[in-house]
Amino acid sequence: MRIVVCVKHVPDLQAERSFTADGRVDRSQGDGTLSELDEHAVEAALVLTETLGGEVTVVTVGPADAEDAVRRGLQMGAQHAVHVIDDAIAGSDVFGTALVLAAAIRRLDVEGGAEGGAEGGAEGGVDLVITGMAALDGLMSVLPSLLAAHLDLPQATLAAELTVADGVVRVRRDLDHVTEVLEAPLPAVVSVTDQANEPRYPNFKGIMAARKTPVTAWSLADLGIDPATVGDAGARTRVLEATPRPVRENRVLITDDGEAGLRLAAYLAENGLLG
Amino acid sequence: MSDGARFAGGDVVLVLVEQHDGTPRGSALELLTAARALGTVHAVLLGQVSDAAVARLGAYGAVAVHVVGVPTPEASLPPAVAAVLAGLVDETGASTVLVASTFPNKELAARLALATGAGLVVDASAVQRGPEGRAVTTQQAFAASWTLRGEVTAARAVVALKPNAVHAAPVATPVLPPVITHDAAALFDGVPGARVRVMERTPRPESSRPDLGEAQVVVVGGRGVAGDFSPVEDLADALGGAVGATRVATDEGWISHETQVGQTGVTISPRLYIGAGVSGAVHHRGGMQASEVIVAVNDDADAPIFEFADFGVVGDLFTVLPQAAAEIRRLKAQG
Repeated sequence: MRIVVCVKHVPDLQAERSFTADGRVDRSQGDGTLSELDEHAVEAALVLTETLGGEVTVVTVGPADAEDAVRRGLQMGAQHAVHVIDDAIAGSDVFGTALVLAAAIRRLDVEGGAEGGAEGGAEGGVDLVITGMAALDGLMSVLPSLLAAHLDLPQATLAAELTVADGVVRVRRDLDHVTEVLEAPLPAVVSVTDQANEPRYPNFKGIMAARKTPVTAWSLADLGIDPATVGDAGARTRVLEATPRPVRENRVLITDDGEAGLRLAAYLAENGLLG
Repeated sequence: MSDGARFAGGDVVLVLVEQHDGTPRGSALELLTAARALGTVHAVLLGQVSDAAVARLGAYGAVAVHVVGVPTPEASLPPAVAAVLAGLVDETGASTVLVASTFPNKELAARLALATGAGLVVDASAVQRGPEGRAVTTQQAFAASWTLRGEVTAARAVVALKPNAVHAAPVATPVLPPVITHDAAALFDGVPGARVRVMERTPRPESSRPDLGEAQVVVVGGRGVAGDFSPVEDLADALGGAVGATRVATDEGWISHETQVGQTGVTISPRLYIGAGVSGAVHHRGGMQASEVIVAVNDDADAPIFEFADFGVVGDLFTVLPQAAAEIRRLKAQG
């Protein structure tokens, strides 16, 4: 089977993350990484192709740095990588990103894989699109739904368990008040949570292999996308103001001297927090 | 099919109302309250609705209640609900749709926005009308270390509002809203990609404590509880709050996974957060740092949570929590 995994390059969680003056995520710090949650998506794809046969293509959209995200996917064991890069994409909201990714997936579907895929042995179009449960910068969790809508495919998101058999994908997912098992015929779009698996670390062989694998670069023109529909031009929302959270004031830190519980209760009472 | 004139009173705001045991959830009343400041409020319910529920929606400002039947389990999946709401947007001419910010609702909000050309804001902590009538929203970003104010530039807006963002308040002079029943079948037929089957759907028993995502008070246990959540639960009960956990505590199997607070679990913004034996790692912070007041009890004085707690206690949670719970009960009994 042929699986496409959509991945995102995000600022490192442990670093000081910030916004630029015009309200965009500051990506200038150079400490970006593959969104941790996307590693679960790559892992899920690798496990499926290892058991059922087939190939994995990792796809990302973003500026030059974003190539690191698909490189990481290759190091983990993906066979192909695509990086959609175009100046006009800057400032895209999730709709712009979804439009571009959907077009890239459609092209992969038509081509039966990225350049070089034909020798890889996986025939035919895209069977499954996998994403992480959220990007660790925006945390919107809506991209897989938008992809499914664009591609007119069934969606089975937030999988804590994912299996494929007889052309059907089966997903178990835990929502706020309910646990569901969903099934959808392939091709389909799924997202996996951090409960789904433990992502592997790239080994030496993977790192060496990734070095030799070319990353296919596509522009908007390659995908037949009008630049006016993405980037700032196509965005339906705009940031008016981005402000760092003010430091919490009047903070109290005490060491328990035997009466800390009483002082805690008094603090809550003073602040009208006894419920 | 557009029939906006049927509903006089200006801009229509659709509010997706979720119910539990036939009663609108607390988050729905918050949405209705927020919606009143934006326009004429129409509630949308899927499934059955009782007279009492309709009256309650009226009490919080709904002037019409749209009821859409759910003929199959698949009909409550996000793509189907998005199609229903798109039909209602078309019919009412609504400028704005508000939903509670849960994972399924965020998905349906995105599909609805895609279908209607609307701008989308999820996990909003506030929504207002700006100049020129645009929806202006507030969101927290990067583990609530940043606040973003943004505006929807498209003519329509779909906004997923976080629980506790708005204090639910009834209107002074409620009306009993008319119920408008819709035939769902036609809508569901046209849902793109609707080839998903629901094989199993098992509601999880809801605890007698408040819902974690909606609670005003949340007490969270972390690694420091070492498998024993009883002091955490007892303090939560003394305060009428919910119980949460860190990823470590759920991975250890000390408590169920649904109680996990953090970037990949439940995001909370209660009035009061109490972390017991919680270190305050960045993944957890992403799910709780928007809390109004943060209290931490940890025997490790170097725990990062003390860097942002409003009230920190360096001490043993197994003595501090029970003492606090007993004192809280005593203070409350005094009134």
